[in-house]
Amino acid sequence: MPTVSASITDFDIMDHVVIIGNGVAGITAARHIRKLSDRPITVISAETDHFFSRTALMYIYMGQLTYEGTKPYEDDFWPKNRIALVRGRVERLETERRRLTLGDGSEIEYGSLIIATGSRPNMFGWPGETLEGVQGLYSIQDLESMERWTAGITRAVVVGGGLIGIEMAEMLYARGIGVTFLVRERNYWDTILPPEESLMVERHIRSHGIDLRTATELREILSDAEGRARAVVTTRGEEIPCGFVGLTVGVSPNIGVVSGSAVECNRGVLVDEYFRTSIPGVYAIGDCAEFRDPRADHPAIEQLWYTAKMHGETVARTICGIPARYARGVWFNSAKFFDIEYQTYGYVWSRLRETEETLYWEHPDGRKAIRINYSKMDGRLLGMNLLGIRYRQDVCRKWVEEGADIGTVLGNLSEANFDPEFHRRYEAEVVRLYNERNPGGAVVVKRKGMLARFFS
Amino acid sequence: MSDRDGSLQLTGTMSGDTGGMGKAGIAAVAAGLLVMLGAACGGGISPMLFMLAGPGLIVAGALAYILPHHLRRSASAQNNGVMFSGATTRGAIAWGLGVAITGFYVLLYWWPQTLAGLIRMFDPLSMRLRGIPADHWFMYGAFYTLAVLVMGARALLKYRHNRYQIIRTLSVIFFQLVFAFLIPATLQLFKQPEFYFTYFWPLKPYYLFPDGVKSLEMAGGLGPFMIRWAVMMTFVATPVLTYFFGKRWYCSWVCGCGGLAETAGDPYRQLASTSLRSWKIERWMIYSVLLFITITTALLWINSAAQGALLGGASRGFADVYGFLIGGIFSGVVGVGFYPIMGARVWCRFGCPMAAVLGIIQKYYSRFRITTNGGQCISCGNCSTYCEMGIDVRWYAQRGENIIRASCVGCGVCANVCPRGVLSLENGPMEGRYNGAQFVGTAEVIIPALNGEPERTRQLRYID
Repeated sequence: MPTVSASITDFDIMDHVVIIGNGVAGITAARHIRKLSDRPITVISAETDHFFSRTALMYIYMGQLTYEGTKPYEDDFWPKNRIALVRGRVERLETERRRLTLGDGSEIEYGSLIIATGSRPNMFGWPGETLEGVQGLYSIQDLESMERWTAGITRAVVVGGGLIGIEMAEMLYARGIGVTFLVRERNYWDTILPPEESLMVERHIRSHGIDLRTATELREILSDAEGRARAVVTTRGEEIPCGFVGLTVGVSPNIGVVSGSAVECNRGVLVDEYFRTSIPGVYAIGDCAEFRDPRADHPAIEQLWYTAKMHGETVARTICGIPARYARGVWFNSAKFFDIEYQTYGYVWSRLRETEETLYWEHPDGRKAIRINYSKMDGRLLGMNLLGIRYRQDVCRKWVEEGADIGTVLGNLSEANFDPEFHRRYEAEVVRLYNERNPGGAVVVKRKGMLARFFS
Repeated sequence: MSDRDGSLQLTGTMSGDTGGMGKAGIAAVAAGLLVMLGAACGGGISPMLFMLAGPGLIVAGALAYILPHHLRRSASAQNNGVMFSGATTRGAIAWGLGVAITGFYVLLYWWPQTLAGLIRMFDPLSMRLRGIPADHWFMYGAFYTLAVLVMGARALLKYRHNRYQIIRTLSVIFFQLVFAFLIPATLQLFKQPEFYFTYFWPLKPYYLFPDGVKSLEMAGGLGPFMIRWAVMMTFVATPVLTYFFGKRWYCSWVCGCGGLAETAGDPYRQLASTSLRSWKIERWMIYSVLLFITITTALLWINSAAQGALLGGASRGFADVYGFLIGGIFSGVVGVGFYPIMGARVWCRFGCPMAAVLGIIQKYYSRFRITTNGGQCISCGNCSTYCEMGIDVRWYAQRGENIIRASCVGCGVCANVCPRGVLSLENGPMEGRYNGAQFVGTAEVIIPALNGEPERTRQLRYID
């Protein structure tokens, strides 16, 4: 049943902003359009009545959060802000008539349309991928299905060594289910992480008793008599019995809604830097959008929580008559591998480029690391990786943006530390390591007096 | 989401079931309760034996049950299954426990004679510490301290990966054991007034009531020092320390109510409501209590100065009403009795006038804040869910704003449960603390040529 929390009548239909998708991109757009204007706004979702945090799905499964707890806004926030919520699946998009048709036959007309339909898990046509107990993890429905298929099982296989893969492994581990984790790469996530970081995470995964198998892919999934997965066969020919198979080999733009319409697509809905599609009045943001001309070293499709927020805020301006061109700024990201937190600022490539120099420090406990990459030529900071240590985004962003010199960065490294009070600090060790390697250009760290530290 | 019925589960069906040690622990707790039942019914065997066997078995059993549970879990797995267990989600066990604790407080406050058997059990300890037999308050203090010790051990294990939590937990254990139990008892042994150095007006209003001051004066000995201490702590130490550290120096490091909440109440932090409505109720209630106690204190002093001519017994009546409503029903019965239903900070959040004073200072004149680390928040809701004060931490974090709320006690659990390390408790310059890191990144936004104006570029701050 559709849930409409505000009535939409008596307005010029050209003012009506309709957003397909109530994920973070669509909702951010809706909130900012409301901040900037009085235009009627309707958000359509097939997934849930209300916006929730997709990134928190794992915590629901692990029993740390309830679904209610993952909603960033109370339910009456939407009527209060006159954002109408419609529960339904868009079946047809007619751009020339500016009209959508929902699954129940109802029609919605729009002046501006924002497509924010997110992603869907990749499937690569493996034999058995449609069996019961085989799935990806993206939506709340996926979580419900995972809940159902993992009930009472003792072994599971997770295929695909990205961030969702390790999250799924952690989820299953939390429920006491044994996990075999198949990773195509030679080392875990080594297309993104440099070797040292990748190996550290690998050791950490294994320390939880996860059966991590690198350089191993899925060949097929075997069925039992009832059409349910009973085992997988790897490319090495091994058969691994299991009651559940998680397929976490990346996601792709979920663009089914525009198929059959005039909106031009490639992998995603093609947009310019204003998030305009090929059809006037139709925009696309978030995971489902693909930039026609991405900037150098920028991905064409950005699938991050914070980029989705930025997309939403930017498109809201354009729609409200203050056209704004999107430029993401300094790259950053963060994740968590079981207990090890990961942060990255600027660019740290998995393989060092010829023009780059790296300073890598690792704690003897093998669970904390700091990597600082800088330019060979002029010592300009390029990027940082942190494992098990928190750094301040504000400080790191500024350094990368300004191209701060490595000496300046190391001399002020403690300013960047964001760990809780009383935690041990390792900045001095990083500086010592640098000085050992660069006896000529040793960095001196100025220390503040006790009193100055107390009052600053 | 989950349709499991976990109302009778204690830990949820997460990795590893209650092992043999856990079962033995529960058995020991049950045996200890039986011994206490015997004691309560006037068993007639030596009180010493009862004291060792009753609380002793319960403590040992509880530790055996709780500790392995937290020991075998890594840092980020400590809250796994909290939402599946009836004990921590207002299930049958929680209601049972809530009624039992509430009932115990009712008996303690109004019918202590019904607990005579239990009180006798503590005679040996009381004789040793204070030189006098136990009364119901001594028994209560002993139970309270035991709860802080046992559940403090649990908190130390659960938060063993976080040095802030370890040091803070050791602090509340120390202040409860030494300043709220051993020192007051020792003072009595040496015929000094029973005085709690860690409670001040307005949480302990009697210390600055005319009667309270007079009785300390008359007691001699340490009495005059205690008066000076009480005045100094309320009027000097409170504002100065709160300026430097926020209210955490007291509420989550020193205070006994806070000590119990942070230890025995830790399993219940997710029960505090984060709704806007509860925040509104909180503000009305807590400042009303503060107003009430301030007026009461003023009336008492005016009356005392006028030698009772002005108000007669009226101000005394005001004080009695406060003692009954706030001191008794609110801080005790509801404050602790409702732990398993409303979370551990009901009193601190809705009632404590000390928290109200500290909160006002924290909000308007303090160096304390919880810093949000730029745009890293993924809005998961762990911070808001596990905030024992019901602060919707995520509301601020997801827009890159620092969190400065009057009610924040600075326990640091939001920073501990955040899966992206977004939050950090900090003291720093007051200037700019309200809008520390107000963006999720900056981007150059180009305003194109429009209405004859040339193209311009401008930094757009992504706010939230």
